[in-house]
Amino acid sequence: MSLLAVLLVLMIIGAIIAIETTNLLSSIVCVGAVGFLISIAFLFMGAPDLAITQLVVEALCLIILIRATINRDLTSVTGDREFFGLTVTVAMVLVCLIAGVKVFEDFPAFGQTVMDRMADTPSSVYLAHGTEQTGARNVITALILGYRNYDALGQVAVIFCAVIGALAILRRPAKKDQKAKDSEADAV
Amino acid sequence: MVYALCLVLIAIGLYGVVVKKNVVKIVISLAIIEYGINVLLVLIGYRSGGCAPILQQGMTAATLVANSVDPLPQALVLTAIMINLGMLILMVAICIRLYERYGTFDITEMRRLKG
Repeated sequence: MSLLAVLLVLMIIGAIIAIETTNLLSSIVCVGAVGFLISIAFLFMGAPDLAITQLVVEALCLIILIRATINRDLTSVTGDREFFGLTVTVAMVLVCLIAGVKVFEDFPAFGQTVMDRMADTPSSVYLAHGTEQTGARNVITALILGYRNYDALGQVAVIFCAVIGALAILRRPAKKDQKAKDSEADAV
Repeated sequence: MVYALCLVLIAIGLYGVVVKKNVVKIVISLAIIEYGINVLLVLIGYRSGGCAPILQQGMTAATLVANSVDPLPQALVLTAIMINLGMLILMVAICIRLYERYGTFDITEMRRLKG
């Protein structure tokens, strides 16, 4: 528990630096640090699959975010900050924080799972029968590619949509339109 | 207490989304919120001293049920991580387009967003 707490505190420090620093590139690097810390935390939480996925996704995130900011002029936000608005915002975020802490009373205590409190939860059924029913020794594999395969299908569909959307947004205007505009200008 | 630290991470991201005026900073703040939520979900299924939900040599299903961490949140978070990547791709594409159109990342200078 103490190790996880230390990792989380490091993540919080990284997040604060990422949000408050003025240089965009260093802020992206700080987000990368937070992501890799989360990967380590997943390893200690008994989730090696998640740690591997997080590593790959984090590398991709860094590349994509750097693509967004490289060769761009450094945008310096010069607008004066309204003190009143900032105070109200911080107060609202604090209210959200306190309300969220109240929710934790309904969670299982740290270090206990839902499986400990109830018999025959879906998780314990998956753990008990996953290997014999699907043949996968890794229960996560059995879950994603066996019991909840439609979940994986939906995930692939979402990523496909995101890539198609990104291509549609980044697409250059077609040459044909340009030619049509030129010919219109000539005609005028 | 560990749950509360995750919530602090989410709150920092929320602060960044609301206060910051740079589009890339807002995207980064959203990514931080996603990280916080992922860690919180996996922590709910954590069992102190638990092993990974993988059937190792010499283990039976009964010992796995008694010792392993909860596999269900992990499977769902695995999906969520990939979907977050898709969201990030889309947001960064919009950022690049906005920069090409306005020449800045500052949202206070983007005043021509009319229909």
